[in-house]
Amino acid sequence: MEILLAILVGILYTAGVYMILRRSIVKFIIGIIFLSNATNLLVFLASGIVSGKPVFVGEELADASQMADPLPQALVLTAIVIGFGIVVFTLALKFKFFELTGTDDLDQLKKTDT
Amino acid sequence: MLNILLIYFFLSLLIFAVPSKVFKYKAIVLALVQLVIFVYFFTKIPIITDGETLISKISWIPELGLNLSFVLNGLSLAFALLITGIGSLVFIYAHAYMKSYANTDRFFFFLFLFSGAMLGLVLSENLIQLFIFWELTSFLSFLLIAFFHEKESARNAAFQSLFITGFGGLILLTGIILIGGVVQSYSLTEWINNADEIRSSAFYLPGLILILIGAFTKSAQFPFHFWLPGAMQAPTPVSSYLHSATMVKAGFFLLASLNPVLGGTVEWTYIIPLFGVITMLVGAYFAITQTDIKAILAYTTITALGILILLIGVDTKLSIKAAILFLFIHAFYKATLFMVAGLINKKTGTRELSKLGGLAHYMPITFVVALLALFSMAGLPPMLGFLGKELVYEANVQSPGIASLILILGVAANVLMIAVSLFFLKKVFLGKKGNYSKNPNEKGLFIVGPALLATLSLFFGLFPNILGNSIIEPAIQSIFLETYHIKLKLWHGFNKVFYLSLFTVALGTLLFYLIDKYPKLLENWRKINNKIFTIKFVDVFSNVMDNFIVFSKRNNRVIQHGYHRYYLLTIIVVTALLLWFQVFVTRGWELPAKLSFNPFYISGLIGIIMVSAIFSAISKSRIATIIAMGVAGYGISLIFLYYSAIDLAITQIIVETLTVVMFVIVLQKLPRFAKLSSKATKIRDLAIALVFGSVMTVLALKAIRLELNYPISDFFVENSYLKAYGKNVVNVILVDFRALDTLGEITVLTIAALGVFVLLKKKKV
Repeated sequence: MEILLAILVGILYTAGVYMILRRSIVKFIIGIIFLSNATNLLVFLASGIVSGKPVFVGEELADASQMADPLPQALVLTAIVIGFGIVVFTLALKFKFFELTGTDDLDQLKKTDT
Repeated sequence: MLNILLIYFFLSLLIFAVPSKVFKYKAIVLALVQLVIFVYFFTKIPIITDGETLISKISWIPELGLNLSFVLNGLSLAFALLITGIGSLVFIYAHAYMKSYANTDRFFFFLFLFSGAMLGLVLSENLIQLFIFWELTSFLSFLLIAFFHEKESARNAAFQSLFITGFGGLILLTGIILIGGVVQSYSLTEWINNADEIRSSAFYLPGLILILIGAFTKSAQFPFHFWLPGAMQAPTPVSSYLHSATMVKAGFFLLASLNPVLGGTVEWTYIIPLFGVITMLVGAYFAITQTDIKAILAYTTITALGILILLIGVDTKLSIKAAILFLFIHAFYKATLFMVAGLINKKTGTRELSKLGGLAHYMPITFVVALLALFSMAGLPPMLGFLGKELVYEANVQSPGIASLILILGVAANVLMIAVSLFFLKKVFLGKKGNYSKNPNEKGLFIVGPALLATLSLFFGLFPNILGNSIIEPAIQSIFLETYHIKLKLWHGFNKVFYLSLFTVALGTLLFYLIDKYPKLLENWRKINNKIFTIKFVDVFSNVMDNFIVFSKRNNRVIQHGYHRYYLLTIIVVTALLLWFQVFVTRGWELPAKLSFNPFYISGLIGIIMVSAIFSAISKSRIATIIAMGVAGYGISLIFLYYSAIDLAITQIIVETLTVVMFVIVLQKLPRFAKLSSKATKIRDLAIALVFGSVMTVLALKAIRLELNYPISDFFVENSYLKAYGKNVVNVILVDFRALDTLGEITVLTIAALGVFVLLKKKKV
């Protein structure tokens, strides 16, 4: 299954890179989302995937080897949230940009003056 | 001593606190402050003449040898007296001079800070600290020269001086660090104690050269001399101060205080006099062909600096003595002459020699003052300058090594100086009356400073030992590190030096007579000069700078073209290629896992995500793109869910929902996707994307069976409940073990939210 997931990571990256190279800013933003998803998945995959053993501990002393690794999960969780923040901000920025300039073309962004 | 510098610092800030309209005598107050500090240093003279040095030290980073340490020895006392004494007079003069200009607060702020920085420089015992003050004076002189910043010439001159002295300062720092590395200290005392070790070290010559470049740039030595005439764009009080007691003397000060450490070697006695002599000659030679009175003075300063550097390089007891005496002589007459030049400019409205003349009638006091100062400059009796010239000759006669050459060139420079002085006197004060719009006068406080200094020149010329015993002797002692008694007298008897002097005066007067009698001569001289010296250093400098800027602009246009996509493209292509390269280098491994499709529903899910990602990328419909994106996102959350990451799944679902909602809302207001790229572009981008995506797949495969040990994770799992009382370990990590990280994350989100709020706030532009 890891191989399949690795291919998925590759395809997500491909889609993301392809989209951030578009001139349309909306596509660009969606490209960022794909890239961030792909990266999250890569980190998650690299830490080793275990099915059905979520990291919950009881009151007795827990055995770490019997569970998934909690650290990458914490990292990825943070990454998801931050990624969301970036996307929302970029989207708002895009919205304002369109309002002011009436264009969706990244190449029009060449000049900073409106 | 630190307290004195703090006074400078705080008082300079205080200038702005009092409005100029309310209180018009700020410059006078500052002059008084300088005077008080002058008196403070003056009272230290008895202590210093007893051979003591005052040191005050404040530890800052002792581990790195960085301390604030100040030393008051003979040499720094001599400089401190000059800086504060002439500083005080300059402020009185500036009070009169700056009346008609705006922004005087800023001017006095810079000038006062400049005095403080210069004082800090000469009092520094730590060389890194000295460097900081050194750069501070460069920077402040830049601001002072550019004070009339609406004039382009002033801005250019200021930039030139900053570039050259600032650049020299950095080179000086390199030299200091190089030498400091030899003895593991930046303290001057340590350097002096370990002078032999430094002189025999392999770093001696490179260190010496670097330090010399620093000193030469500051003291306007050839070939860096050209910034100094440019610096006369500054208001005259500044020129008067820069040329006499501060700034350009810093290089000399540095070499004088490093003489016990670096001096006494063959390198020192050959390199330094060579540059000194060239500078001396260049200055005198060009001084005579100038037509602007300030420019004449600026070039004579270059001569004087050349003489000072020459003397410090000759490095005999006599030459050092001559150097310290000459320092005072020059400070006295040059400050005087610049102030006189400024006064003349103020009252007549011109600085051109050809338009001036006959001023002795209107400005009798100024005439007398200028006469004394010019005599001192020419080295004529009974002025202090005469003494200086005699001593310089004597030093040159006795100098080891290239004595005769130095002597001949020295005489040549002095002949020129005499001619310049007489010519200046004649053209400005005597002869036909110039064409003035109104009759010049000498009202105001202008003349106080110059008169005092000129009188001092005369007084010390007659009674040289007062100056010699109290100030010059201790200064020499702090260079020689041993007791040294000097006796100065005006009349040395009929000896070789006296005849040499007589010869110089005769030749100088003859030259003056010639250029005065036949104005064509000087004109032709100028023409020849312009032909021979077609290379103007100023032009070379500005050419190099211009070309550099053109080059940068051209580069910038190519690299920073403004097309965002191509920046990204460059980054992605380079990253992908580097990654592929690394994969290629570490090739030759087997797949760690078998390709399997179990369980089938996850395989199916992965298939769905793949399809929707691809569909999202190529779809032309906006809504389809977003829905496909959402499908992919939800799919990933299900993968998280299956592989034991429940919290991730929950977060991903929430985030994905919000994202999709946001997009749908915003999308209504956005246009349809326009067809912007050609087919070729799309194929190119697809190829790049595939190269990148495939290398990421390979990376993911390589990462699958990384045998990591999990000490950190183990700690979290074991202590999650015991210490943090939480059963969900991921949550505990986020809100407890790594709570500060989460705080940072929340901050990021808050800022993003604020940004979104500001951007979307309804405000019609």
